[in-house]
Amino acid sequence: MAHAYTPGLKVTANSIVKKERRLPIKGKVLVKVGDEVTASNIVATTSLPGDVEPLNLAGKLGVPPSDIREYLVKTEGDSLEEGEIIAQTRGLFGLFKTVIKSPIKGMLENISDITGQLILRAPPKKVEIDAYTDGKVVEVIENEGVVIETVATFVQGIFGIGGEAKGVIKKIATSPDDIISTDMIKKEHEGKILIGGSFVDSNTLKQAANYGVSGIVVGGIDDQDLRNFLGYDIGVAITGSEDIGVTLVITEGFGKMDMAERTFELLCAQDGKKASINGATQIRAGVLRPEIVIPLPGEKPEEIEQESKGLEIGYPIRVIREPHFGAMGKVSELPPELQQIETEAKVRILGVELEDGSKIALPRANVEMIEE
Amino acid sequence: MGNKEINAILATDCGSTTTKAILIEKKNGEYRLVVRGEAPTTVEAPFEDVTKGVLNAIREVEELADKEILAGEKIITPRVGERKGVDLYISTSSAGGGLQMMVAGVVKTMTAESAARAALGAGAIVMETIASNDGRLSYEKIELIRKLRPDMILLSGGIDGGTVKHVVQLAEIIGAADPKPRFGTGYNLPVIYAGNKDARDSIKENLEKKTDLSIVDNLRPLLEMENLEPARREIHDLFMEHVMAHAPGYKKLMNWTEVPIMPTPGAVGLLIKTIAENEKIQVIGVDIGGATTDIFSVFQKIFNRTVSANLGMSYSISNVLAEAGVENIMRWVPFKVDRKYLRNMIKNKMIRPTTIPQTLKGLQLEQAIAREALRLAFVQHKSMAVGLKGIQQERTISDAFSQAATGASLVDMMHLDLVVGSGGALSHAPRRNQAAFMVIDGFLPEGVTRLAVDSIFMMPQLGVLSTVNEKAATEVFDKDCLIRLGTCIAPVGNGKEGRPCVTVSLEDKKIEVNYRDMVLIPLGVGEKKEAIITPTKSFDVGAGKGKQLKTLVDGGIVGLIIDARGRPFELPEDDSKRIELLTRWNNALAIYPEKM
Repeated sequence: MAHAYTPGLKVTANSIVKKERRLPIKGKVLVKVGDEVTASNIVATTSLPGDVEPLNLAGKLGVPPSDIREYLVKTEGDSLEEGEIIAQTRGLFGLFKTVIKSPIKGMLENISDITGQLILRAPPKKVEIDAYTDGKVVEVIENEGVVIETVATFVQGIFGIGGEAKGVIKKIATSPDDIISTDMIKKEHEGKILIGGSFVDSNTLKQAANYGVSGIVVGGIDDQDLRNFLGYDIGVAITGSEDIGVTLVITEGFGKMDMAERTFELLCAQDGKKASINGATQIRAGVLRPEIVIPLPGEKPEEIEQESKGLEIGYPIRVIREPHFGAMGKVSELPPELQQIETEAKVRILGVELEDGSKIALPRANVEMIEE
Repeated sequence: MGNKEINAILATDCGSTTTKAILIEKKNGEYRLVVRGEAPTTVEAPFEDVTKGVLNAIREVEELADKEILAGEKIITPRVGERKGVDLYISTSSAGGGLQMMVAGVVKTMTAESAARAALGAGAIVMETIASNDGRLSYEKIELIRKLRPDMILLSGGIDGGTVKHVVQLAEIIGAADPKPRFGTGYNLPVIYAGNKDARDSIKENLEKKTDLSIVDNLRPLLEMENLEPARREIHDLFMEHVMAHAPGYKKLMNWTEVPIMPTPGAVGLLIKTIAENEKIQVIGVDIGGATTDIFSVFQKIFNRTVSANLGMSYSISNVLAEAGVENIMRWVPFKVDRKYLRNMIKNKMIRPTTIPQTLKGLQLEQAIAREALRLAFVQHKSMAVGLKGIQQERTISDAFSQAATGASLVDMMHLDLVVGSGGALSHAPRRNQAAFMVIDGFLPEGVTRLAVDSIFMMPQLGVLSTVNEKAATEVFDKDCLIRLGTCIAPVGNGKEGRPCVTVSLEDKKIEVNYRDMVLIPLGVGEKKEAIITPTKSFDVGAGKGKQLKTLVDGGIVGLIIDARGRPFELPEDDSKRIELLTRWNNALAIYPEKM
């Protein structure tokens, strides 16, 4: 059996989607197994320790570190108000005291006789996580979070920016090769997840962010436009925490890329439905792909082939590198021997019959399987 | 293992992009490579299990060698007859992107720098270096530690018997930051303390409860002495135990191998050290991978290793663009290319890292990017491979604190004997001439330098094999792995284009080369010829300006390359002139097929 180098992205009309919702540190889970939740419900909460404020008390008082306890009026564990006196010297006959006040509201956490330093800690910050998608709680991870399960249309993109967002699907392209322009973005698109065609530029993204659009899904974007929108070049593909006002998911690649027909049809069919989108992408160990999740309440999941197949004759593929980038076809040949390509490299190739009937030979590394 | 008869060895390397498997067998008393298989690394969904990629690569080996190695998902061992099973299975890995750590030291240019060297030498990626005197306020240091979430922290500072105050302060800062590991909850972050032994109790007080603290010998026990090995070993061991174990499927893979899985940079570094020791030469090795470019050097018998974590040809390819700039990449391309097109092409490779160039132009663009990755990685390596400050004379503490300059780099290109290239972009270049040219452009060797390349990228596997069967590793390395490309003669100096630069007299011919020209002279593998190299008065080939050098030059699969383009090396800014020069050099070295 031949192996494709790139398993395809998941694009399913109706399947079970599970999402793990986990706190960054241990806390309290607010729901239980069996609970039905909506995307904005808070499912777990915790407190992050407050920011630390070190204070060089020995330096400020002008005394050796080992002596600082003599001058402290507070001790480890005491709460503090901003401006409250922490330490003071006796001064000369009660005059010319040096008084040290707390710069923050919080707590005195640690006193060091060796360095003469105090560690003050600000009050803890509340951290909450929501369900992200409508669904049912199927598992509770004790003190950490939950797993939510839903039946949904699930579409993975190839790259994205921006984090989690929720909205309503809104189709604004009429075909997968449409270019999304600035005038197509309207004020009433606030809170929507716009389904586009082949391309969006930085000006259009800025317009979308200004209007409060939740997300945009298109086939492609120019890297230069991405740089213009973000203000910097992306070095390594680890995204998701950009503060940009709109989440972008591209489904095909960089450049003007027609969205795959199937992806376009699936997303447009859900026009008007609630959805969740996440642009977070990590193309490194533990790959994370951007996604759109559209719950289908009341529907039953369809049977899905779990095991990924290898390449076989007749299997549908898409070309993922120049030349013929984006072209769809079927595997027509799988010659086992290495063959020489234009670069003079000897590689494993496959024969592909494209949708227009023409036949081409490509390196196996340059196709991706279409998962049905 | 010494008593076991080993006739068939299976070795895998799990890279960030691909997993490679090689089969080595003993035939007629010597070990030789039989076949090599490759499959995509499967740390990503839907697999999330590195062993799947390993099995796929082994299946390819089975297919190509017409042998049975697997019974289902188990490796058949020991070998049964000629066609079934293997006697030994070993593996290396760099999948997971490697070990990302922070180092902290008291003095930026002393203990902090030594700590960085220890970390880099262990194959780690140093995300950030913190020092008492780095100019940042305490709360800034704390925020940095929290934000970066390193896999591990190395803390050093203070010579043994010296003051403890500064290093304890750093420990307080680390404790206050309460650092959490990258991958989920459930275990404490490993912190290694390798500083003043008098501070150990205070360090424990600050960090024992909040971190997984280990204490090793001071890595700078005296100002003029470095002792990096204990810290390096601890980093390596903790990496294997903690960090790799959390990458998907590694625990399973660890159970399959008879010896511990070695991080790929560690294995390649072993091999480079071996070459330098056996041949008593100064060597540079480079492994240009998908996510990282690792450089190893042995100068003055001192081994140095750097892992440039964000320079690579697939996952990190966009970072090469970000760091080099689009102009620096385009300057190596021998045709006009639209900047927008180039940027998109690079990003598309980043998001689909396992694709390969199909067209010649695609190949030329990728090789231009490889040149910049090599160049930038080498710049980093040269800055880290420095002599120890203060080693020439005894210094007082105040002298040491006031010292501003870093030590001079150990890297000396004029006295470099050999460059060995490894990694996909070099090993899989369709013509060996392309690999030779990328190495020359990336490193700009000076004087007389031999060039070699790893034939199919198996140095990692041979490195780990050398720890269990040195005979097998050495034989396969010599006979099947190392491809001798030839020798590069590069005079140092600049002159006027078209004017004489250097004359090279071999036994049967005399070649006069003008400035800005390159010449390729056929000289085959195993051939050695005496060369009399006479530079004109502005140029130096190792004996001084204008001075003649007599030396033996080795042939190889490419031959003898005379690079009279000048050192320092520059390309013209004018596109047409630059393209004309690049095309001329490509043709001179037969880099690409005739039609280009």
